Amino acid sequence: MQKPMTTRVETLSQPSFSNIWTKSFIVAMLVVFILAGLSLVTGVYDIRQEGGSDMFWITRVPRTIAIMLTGAAMAMSGLVMQLITQNRLVEPTTTGTLEWAGLGLLAVYLLVPAPTLMMRMTGAIVFSFIGTMVFFWFLRSVKLRSSLIVPIIGLMLGAVVSAVSTFLGLFFQASQTIEGWFVGSFASVQVGRYEYLWLIIIVTFFIFILANRLTLAGLGEDVATSLGVNYSRLILIATGLIALAVGVVATVIGNLPFLGLIVPNIVSMFRGDDLRSNLPWVCVIGMGTVLVSDLISRTIIMPFELPVSLILGTMGSIVFIVILLRQRKTGGVR
Amino acid sequence: MSTLIEEKTKQREAYAVDGRSQHTEERCATAFRSKREQRRYWLFLTFFIVGGLLCAFGLLVYNNPVPFDSPSFIPVVERRVVAVITMAIAALCQSLATVAFHSVTNNRIITPSLLGFDALYSTIQTSMIFFFGAGALIGFSGTSAFLTQVGLMVLMSLLLYGWLLSGKYGNLQLMLLVGIIIGTGLNSVSSFMRRMLAPSEFDVLQARLFGSVMHADAAYFPIVIPIVIVVGTLLYSFSNRLNVVALGKDVATSFGVNHRRSVIFTLVLISLLMSVSTALIGPLTFFGFLVATLSYQVTATYDHKYVFPMAFALGFFVLTSAYFFMYHILNTPSVVSVIIELFGGIIFLAVILRRKSL
Repeated sequence: MQKPMTTRVETLSQPSFSNIWTKSFIVAMLVVFILAGLSLVTGVYDIRQEGGSDMFWITRVPRTIAIMLTGAAMAMSGLVMQLITQNRLVEPTTTGTLEWAGLGLLAVYLLVPAPTLMMRMTGAIVFSFIGTMVFFWFLRSVKLRSSLIVPIIGLMLGAVVSAVSTFLGLFFQASQTIEGWFVGSFASVQVGRYEYLWLIIIVTFFIFILANRLTLAGLGEDVATSLGVNYSRLILIATGLIALAVGVVATVIGNLPFLGLIVPNIVSMFRGDDLRSNLPWVCVIGMGTVLVSDLISRTIIMPFELPVSLILGTMGSIVFIVILLRQRKTGGVR
Repeated sequence: MSTLIEEKTKQREAYAVDGRSQHTEERCATAFRSKREQRRYWLFLTFFIVGGLLCAFGLLVYNNPVPFDSPSFIPVVERRVVAVITMAIAALCQSLATVAFHSVTNNRIITPSLLGFDALYSTIQTSMIFFFGAGALIGFSGTSAFLTQVGLMVLMSLLLYGWLLSGKYGNLQLMLLVGIIIGTGLNSVSSFMRRMLAPSEFDVLQARLFGSVMHADAAYFPIVIPIVIVVGTLLYSFSNRLNVVALGKDVATSFGVNHRRSVIFTLVLISLLMSVSTALIGPLTFFGFLVATLSYQVTATYDHKYVFPMAFALGFFVLTSAYFFMYHILNTPSVVSVIIELFGGIIFLAVILRRKSL
């Protein structure tokens, strides 16, 4: 009896997206495209003058692509983490994953005198994988009294890791450099500096393929296993994908706080919890959020620009608190 | 495991009874399970007090360039006395605040610095230098500046507690999380501002942001010492109530304690202590946690009357000995607080990885 069951899960886990193209989703896509168009024409340099098209292709296009890729990546990582931990308040910021990525970057800088981007990225990816696994392992080995305690522990874990980074940075006199990396900004994105972000496409592809199995994993280890999912292998693969996305983004762009928390929560507020049909939504809204924040960060003090993580951190903390208080009223948080 | 829980329950009951009936001597419910544990407690307490005092004395006179009988001996020592007094204040603030915080939140793995004091402190400091330049930050160090800072921090925590702990949906953990998130938001604001600073200004600021007893200004002592003594005494005299509050809301209520009022009152005292400590010596995240955790290990009772003195003595011992070793033996004075934080962080990891439930 077991075999047909497994095959059925396997077939079902190939997502079919025929029910995605609803009217509202098309509207959302259109809005994101308009925002992307705005992002292409916003800037201090007037692209109509001579050399404008060079400028357009060297910075504007890469920047817009980078924004859309990172937006989708961070929002999806948040969603996957929330499914795995069965906790709505978990994302790379509240698990210390980003701090681990920072420690990885620092470690590479200390070990190699002038590391290439590839080496730094590998360091960040490896360390965020280790950090996320430590957190997941810890969550599984501990009985929790409240779902609110999970982000609290995660943030404290992050504080420990950044205490280690601070110590190393102070010891080797690299504090301001670390601080510089970890304020996320798209200002430095141009041809030749962002191409690693295309790796996110691979992550996205695999998350879409694993969508159904991840939904099952969201029901807990026992249910998932009895429905034919190799739970621990799935967790390992999913953590690897998250670490890849977070590590790449942390190295190329920097810290984008709360994105993975706000976007999936907003999506599931108006769409419920079906991962397969929510995933495109999460990608699109993630892109839209980062596009809007980046537009704000570029225009608010023109001709200068703010790091986008400031906008996201401020807006994100407000939205996070609103989400918490809403859930408090509906009894969603205990 | 189950026997341990039973023992703990028995112990807690004992304190609860102790707290309610101080006047009936014949019931004889003491804070310790056995004479041996009691002896051990006093032994450790004496050790930490003596060790702390010895290290403090060492900090005062060791390596003093002037001979003992010279007239300039006293001024040199006076400068060092300021540092030692600051250590005592920091130890008192951090240890008492953390222990009380653990009790009212019913959770021994968090620290009161989660409530965003550090973030608020660094936001105030950073915005000073950001909007008015390095001169203003150096100038922003009078008594009124100090009181403004403390006032702002207490005000923020009062708003937070009042808002989130009262009403139908009052929830302690939600309050903690909101506090953390506000802290993160403030951090992203101040970290953005720091990024816009020139490296020279950044260095001035960084010296301020890392907690160090050497930045403390003796001019604050006339305000700080009374505040700390009054708050400390209040908290200590609140020990019996805290013993009951630590049992959780339901038990505390059935013992006739107004749980929410006690919690808010304690939290206000904690926020005062934390603000004073942060404004005096800068942010410290894990020092209080380190001290509280170690003092639980050596105190075989839950009675706050015994935990508070132990935490204070231990905190003072940790600070003075760390500074003594770093200054006079390893000769690396600048990284003391970073090392204490690192050590506290590692202890934190060890504690949570050994836990079975949270």
